[in-house]
Amino acid sequence: MLWEIEIQPVGHDAECQRVEHEWHLLTAGKNGMVHLSHAARGFLIEGELSRQQIEQLVEQLLVDPLVERGKVGRLNEVAADGCLVTVLLKPGVMDPVALSVIESARDFDLTVESVRTFRRYYGGSELAPVQREMLYRKLLCNDAIEQAVEGPLALEHLAIGTPYIFRPVTVPLQGLDDTALIQLSRSGQLSLSLEEMRTIQKHFQEQGRDPYDVELETLAQTWSEHCSHKTLKGEIDFDGQQIRNLLKETIFAATQQLRQRWGAEDWCVSVFEDNAGVVKFDDQVHICFKVETHNHPSAIEPYGGANTGLGGVIRDPLGTGLGARPICNTDVFCFAPPDTLPETLPVGVLHPRRVMQGVVAGVRDYGNRMGIPTVNGAVCFDERYLGNPLVYCGTVGTIRVDRAHKDAHTGDLIVAVGGRTGRDGIHGATFSSIELTSESEKISGGAVQIGNAITEKKLLDVLLQARDENLYSAITDCGAGGFSSAIGEMGAELGAVVHLERAPLKYEGLSYTEIWISESQERMILAVPPARWPALHALCFHEGVEATILGHFEKTGRLRLQYRGHPVGDLDMHFLHEGRPQVVRKATWQPPALPASVKTQPSGAVDCNATLRQILGSWNVCSKEWIIRQYDHEVQGRSVLKPLVGVANDGPGDAAVVLPVLGSTRGVAIGCGINPRLGDLDPYAMAAAAIDEAVRNVVAVGADPRRIALLDNFCWGNTDRPEVLGSLVRAAQACHDLALAYEMPFISGKDSLKNEFHAGDRHIVIPPTLLISALGQIPDVHRCVSMDLKEAGNVLYLVGSTREEMGGSHFNLVHRLEGGVVPQVDQTQAPLIFQALHRAMKQGLVRSCHDLSEGGLAVAVAEMAFAGGLGADLTSLGGSTTPLRDEVLLFAESCTRFVVEVKPDHTSALESLLGSDIPLSRLGQVCKEPRLRAVGASGEWILWAPLNELKEAWQKPLRW
Amino acid sequence: MATPRVLILRAPGANCDLETQFAFELAGARAERIHINQLRASPALLHDFQILVVPGGFTYGDDVAAGKILGIQLRHFLNDALRKFRDDEKLILGICNGFQALLKAGLIVPPDEEGPVATLAHNTSGKFEDRWCHLQAQPGHCPFLKGYTHLYLPVAHGEGRLMTRQSWILHGLRQTGQIVLRYVGPKGEPVDYPGNPAGSQDDIAGLCDITGRVLGLMPHPERHVLPTHHPRWTREGLAAEGDGLLLFRNAVKFFAET
Repeated sequence: MLWEIEIQPVGHDAECQRVEHEWHLLTAGKNGMVHLSHAARGFLIEGELSRQQIEQLVEQLLVDPLVERGKVGRLNEVAADGCLVTVLLKPGVMDPVALSVIESARDFDLTVESVRTFRRYYGGSELAPVQREMLYRKLLCNDAIEQAVEGPLALEHLAIGTPYIFRPVTVPLQGLDDTALIQLSRSGQLSLSLEEMRTIQKHFQEQGRDPYDVELETLAQTWSEHCSHKTLKGEIDFDGQQIRNLLKETIFAATQQLRQRWGAEDWCVSVFEDNAGVVKFDDQVHICFKVETHNHPSAIEPYGGANTGLGGVIRDPLGTGLGARPICNTDVFCFAPPDTLPETLPVGVLHPRRVMQGVVAGVRDYGNRMGIPTVNGAVCFDERYLGNPLVYCGTVGTIRVDRAHKDAHTGDLIVAVGGRTGRDGIHGATFSSIELTSESEKISGGAVQIGNAITEKKLLDVLLQARDENLYSAITDCGAGGFSSAIGEMGAELGAVVHLERAPLKYEGLSYTEIWISESQERMILAVPPARWPALHALCFHEGVEATILGHFEKTGRLRLQYRGHPVGDLDMHFLHEGRPQVVRKATWQPPALPASVKTQPSGAVDCNATLRQILGSWNVCSKEWIIRQYDHEVQGRSVLKPLVGVANDGPGDAAVVLPVLGSTRGVAIGCGINPRLGDLDPYAMAAAAIDEAVRNVVAVGADPRRIALLDNFCWGNTDRPEVLGSLVRAAQACHDLALAYEMPFISGKDSLKNEFHAGDRHIVIPPTLLISALGQIPDVHRCVSMDLKEAGNVLYLVGSTREEMGGSHFNLVHRLEGGVVPQVDQTQAPLIFQALHRAMKQGLVRSCHDLSEGGLAVAVAEMAFAGGLGADLTSLGGSTTPLRDEVLLFAESCTRFVVEVKPDHTSALESLLGSDIPLSRLGQVCKEPRLRAVGASGEWILWAPLNELKEAWQKPLRW
Repeated sequence: MATPRVLILRAPGANCDLETQFAFELAGARAERIHINQLRASPALLHDFQILVVPGGFTYGDDVAAGKILGIQLRHFLNDALRKFRDDEKLILGICNGFQALLKAGLIVPPDEEGPVATLAHNTSGKFEDRWCHLQAQPGHCPFLKGYTHLYLPVAHGEGRLMTRQSWILHGLRQTGQIVLRYVGPKGEPVDYPGNPAGSQDDIAGLCDITGRVLGLMPHPERHVLPTHHPRWTREGLAAEGDGLLLFRNAVKFFAET
């Protein structure tokens, strides 16, 4: 029996309101209102259920009678007149609510076979067909995962999948010429180059056979850019300079050099080898951190992309060593401006406002459900993220010192735990290694997924118990490439045999290849000694987590795949992991030549008041409170400094501080640095500035500069083009130099290349975007400092030097200027500044501290003032021993600068502590009058603004 | 009396169990985290405990409605055991999702012949929000809140709008003194959003049952037990302890006194 239940809200109809509001924004009011009369949600439920039983389920489970009314009937008997459209998830897309209903029905002793949820909209009858189409596509439904149905639903049953008929498939490679090989790579979405195809062809020729389809898929995934980072680990000819392995020679090399320099004092534990980088924290636990990107899926389905992006990175610490407990998340996004005109969007591109809302909701729903606080992040805006929004998600975890390393053994069982396998995300690894086009939405639908956080939470709960009871010897997550990558990597040094038919499936009909390469979420692979299996199985069973033996590891050096006893694959592990031909690429970099007509200086006098308001209200700088509050940033009770600080709990904190061990006062600070605006002009300087910013953020709250670990995430355009790769080489070289100068090791990283978009004649390349994340340690959190001004009468100082560095600045942005000198890090002085500031904080001399970033001194002091609800009088702009223009002193974005607030009776202590080596200038003082004033070179007030106006300018843009 | 034992009920998606355990242990109790499947298999486990806590989280994903599926399980499988637990002069606490589950299980205000009398619905803002709120306590005979007048705690929820079916139900709750926690302004004055973050009727943040021994509240006392939990400790200085700790100490003391 197939029942339909429609549920309408009583009173306030939030969904209806949302649609009207978004429609208004989308059409800029030109198309009038949609005139929806109401919205409803509902369920299709199939099972042996009488009307009485279904009514019981509706009344007791599905409807809250205080706020909703439910209507029950057979399929298509329920919808009333005036029904516009019903929106359903496409078959096979993860629907967590449907799964919960099936489970919960068991508590009523009812057997429900399948459930689908839907949304339904009434009214809108005045809309013309073309408007209806726009409404459905742009607001009500996302074609990548949903379908909109007008009129009755043409369904007989909900169950999907048909029995699979086993048929081993081999791919004839022998004798194929180059054109045919490339054609095969393309049509199979393998993303393999000609040379790679030739290598594979030769390998199988030597074996005297053609590969099975699953073998070719395994090679494609393992060799994909996403999994093997072949560009950054390949050979590069950089303007004649030979680089054998970019990552090894820059970022890894710096870390190795630091570890050698430190000797017995080395505090790295496991770097660039496991799923996350691990460093020492205290006697009991180490701390680990990983940041990932999930850009391509988020472009097509923002909610699902961000949702599974966060879900995926949470599994990284969980799959590090023998498993780490996630303690906080970070999220950094890059979008096109939300006020982009809808009519300028290329075909196939979602409006940035919708992308942003979807991404934020995706992170919110997964992070909050996992019970992991999202404590830090940033949002950058640039028109060039239109087709390629960037979504970076990071997770910090704690790992017991005796559980930091893993080792699978011969004879260990290969056990899959967690979610079931479906067709989700097939070709995700190879998909993320190609450029997006307006057709991506259609051809790559399988790569788009929705997560089910509760499956992952159950998995987390079980795994941490199993870890403590020593029930497995190795663990890794199923990310891109699914079982193929996870088992292939875990068994790389051994060999493995896998019986693919044993994998629990979401529905029937998956081929052995689909099972092997599916990227269904919430799955992990364990290596379990046979003697431990009964205990692990019992633990999983008790908490409702599925665990299945797929095969075992064996010392054969081969990856053997079987389906119902038939061999379908037999790959040499060495060929799989080491057989890929070296990628050789060309790279070049030259400073951009700006046309002589470019405006680099403002014409006429600068209105500093107006400039400050404009920068405060710019998309990059403005308050992100709308996002932050939707994230639970305090769950787990570890919070010491929250992302929002100050007298009204709404000021922009520099970095979050959390306690990895409840009951201890040793903390960690998490910060980030990102400034794509600098990258166009000078990628080396951009990378240095991003590192400096991430470090400034954690030092500003009290992190010890001798214990800061860094992570890199490169998102670039198509690095097949020499000038794109060249800018990446420059950025990597900066990472190397700064790591050594600052004595801060990189411990983990990831790259996402080919972030380009094609639609018709439009070709959009993202600006080179490097995210640096910093993980700092704080010996005693009671010494932490926040950025809000604390008390009238205190003295304000600028620490660091201001130079005429306006290139890429927000001053230039709001005045529409280009060019200029890009901020350069003084690699000798910067580490001395960090150390001196930290000493001052340890001695309790600093009442507040804020780093200078976008908008420079003026924005920093304004933020400190309105966060603290106190004014500031800057009687000198300091920062430079040579005379500079007022607007340079106020708005330049030179690196390694802080404003600090000091009590009057601590000023001499601070001045003598910093000594003559550290640039320190007295700016003025904190006052109780709620305004910000600054004196210019002329002796006149060049800035004079009430705090409430500044704060309003800063809060207004994203008060959604 | 020996140290009271606390059972922290784990369920799929519960996620404030560890910090709730930390808070109870800081207050001097012995706390254990036990999975609902284990309790359903042997409800007699409850005999060994004096305090039952349903912690915050997203049990069963809050799919369908927040706390609904856990509430159904409590009512279907543990109703007698829980009522006996309460009638044995023991204490039950539901925080956030735990409050949603206890309320939907009918353990705070029992349903009448027309069905449930109160619910926790979606916030009027339409969003999940994490923010700090001032609360006024009217403890009456609720032992958890003894000694409190005002407290400052964070909320983090999307479905915290307390609604009663009809106004006489709200009057009844006022008269019986079951409205033990209300959102207020910093000086104790009545507030609108965001001071009342969910848009709750009568600014209700917490309710107890008729005995006072079953308390449900949307704010998170376990997130304000350490002085460094306070969002403004860097400007206002470190207090001796967080506002929420007394609630846990009260629960422990209740058994020391009886």
